[in-house]
Amino acid sequence: MNLRFPIHLALAALALAVATITPTVAADTPDPAADAKAFRDYFATKFPNVKLEDFANGPYAMDEDMRRQWEEKEQFAPYEFSLDMGKEMFAKPFKNGKSYADCFPNQGIGIRQNYPYFDAKEGKVITLELALNLCREANGEPPFSYVGDEMAALTAYMAFTSRDKLFNIEIPDDPRALEAYQNGKRYFYTRRGQLNFSCATCHVQNPGERLRAEILAPALGILNAMPIYRSEWGGMGTISRRLTTCNSQIRAVPLEPQADEYRDLEYYLSYVSNGLPISGPGSRP
Amino acid sequence: MNMTSHVVRLFSLGLVLMSATSAPAATSEADFSTAYAAAEAADKEAGRLRNQWTVTAEALADAKKAADKGDFDRAVASAKEAEALAKASIVQATSEKEAWKNLEIR
Amino acid sequence: MASTIRVRAISSGETTEVQVLIQHPMDSGFVKDAKGEIIPPHFIQQLTFEHDGRNVFIADWGAAVSKDPYVKFSFKGGNKGDDLKMSWVDNKGETDNTTAKIQ
Repeated sequence: MNLRFPIHLALAALALAVATITPTVAADTPDPAADAKAFRDYFATKFPNVKLEDFANGPYAMDEDMRRQWEEKEQFAPYEFSLDMGKEMFAKPFKNGKSYADCFPNQGIGIRQNYPYFDAKEGKVITLELALNLCREANGEPPFSYVGDEMAALTAYMAFTSRDKLFNIEIPDDPRALEAYQNGKRYFYTRRGQLNFSCATCHVQNPGERLRAEILAPALGILNAMPIYRSEWGGMGTISRRLTTCNSQIRAVPLEPQADEYRDLEYYLSYVSNGLPISGPGSRP
Repeated sequence: MNMTSHVVRLFSLGLVLMSATSAPAATSEADFSTAYAAAEAADKEAGRLRNQWTVTAEALADAKKAADKGDFDRAVASAKEAEALAKASIVQATSEKEAWKNLEIR
Repeated sequence: MASTIRVRAISSGETTEVQVLIQHPMDSGFVKDAKGEIIPPHFIQQLTFEHDGRNVFIADWGAAVSKDPYVKFSFKGGNKGDDLKMSWVDNKGETDNTTAKIQ
């Protein structure tokens, strides 16, 4: 026999326990500004020697040896090939003569820190990846896979043009935007998969600790370095790729890339990292 | 709440209950069909809640593979395991609707 | 097509420090693709750096070196403005080479 039977029995018992002793929680009117402050304070308290902007460097802010190796690699960063490809792709016009620059404010340069944003007309969160494919489709081009190399290269280039700019995510005074924010927050803290982890389990409760051979990054600033060249992947990978693979790793069936939950999650995580610099594209083990 | 002792207590509860069950004697294709249908239905419900587990799909595939080979003992066992996993994922989705707040940074 | 080799060589008077990043799949021949078929081995077998007519660094590589390899080493000598030649050859007989100026 294996461990699955006791685990799902344990879960059934847990459900029963939760039903009987659920603590009363304050009314669900989200206060994003208060959340963001609490988020920053939590990590500042946990890591008093880490400067606020350094959280954008994830595991390298958590471990001296890793930082040394990373700084050395940055002199000749592994993401350079993908970055060059992204720059070329961004400049190349579509078949109809238009280009990505026509779809974005400021020609698409130095704007990554404003994504995701809430589109009032569409009534949903628009991430940079989604915006790129919407641009392609509006100009008669087939969309790129959200987990493939092309999307990674494009977002790498756009992140690069925003390096050191501070995350500046806005939540307009619109109940739908607040709902998207709250959905993202809920997703972040919800346990899922057979391993019963939430994003918070690793990135809030255990940053700086080891998960097998990896050192866990703090949730604060975790999207600032995206997209990332992962040595594990041998290449550049998008936010969509990271979210879906993370789901599989905890034995949850991933949702479709850029699903509502993922976009809302990105919205929440980016907002609570407002004020931290874009460090992408990044490199990670 | 101390999560570690809570989990340990629940885990031991699970172990005690596990030893109380007995192995089923089903071996026919009809038994497999019933078990598989139940497992699939539960996994579909988990899908509706957008909270399926990868291991559920693996158990379902294992059940189907065994049935194709005529090993209905294994097929039924895997199908029942898949159903249990799917049901656990439903419990998880349901309880997490409120439980997530316990992890939230405030 | 652009060169697969990026080199930076910096002289500090007595020694020259060289860093190089090479774009190469470095397939070991042990990995299967999504269809379950082996991706054939395709990796650099020899890497050579030459300065002033002599080889300052030779590497014999095998399947264990990862994709897009990065190398860093130092050698005695080398002045600003000198040429540093670098070439590689892989198991399929493909090659690339480049010449960089020592800074």
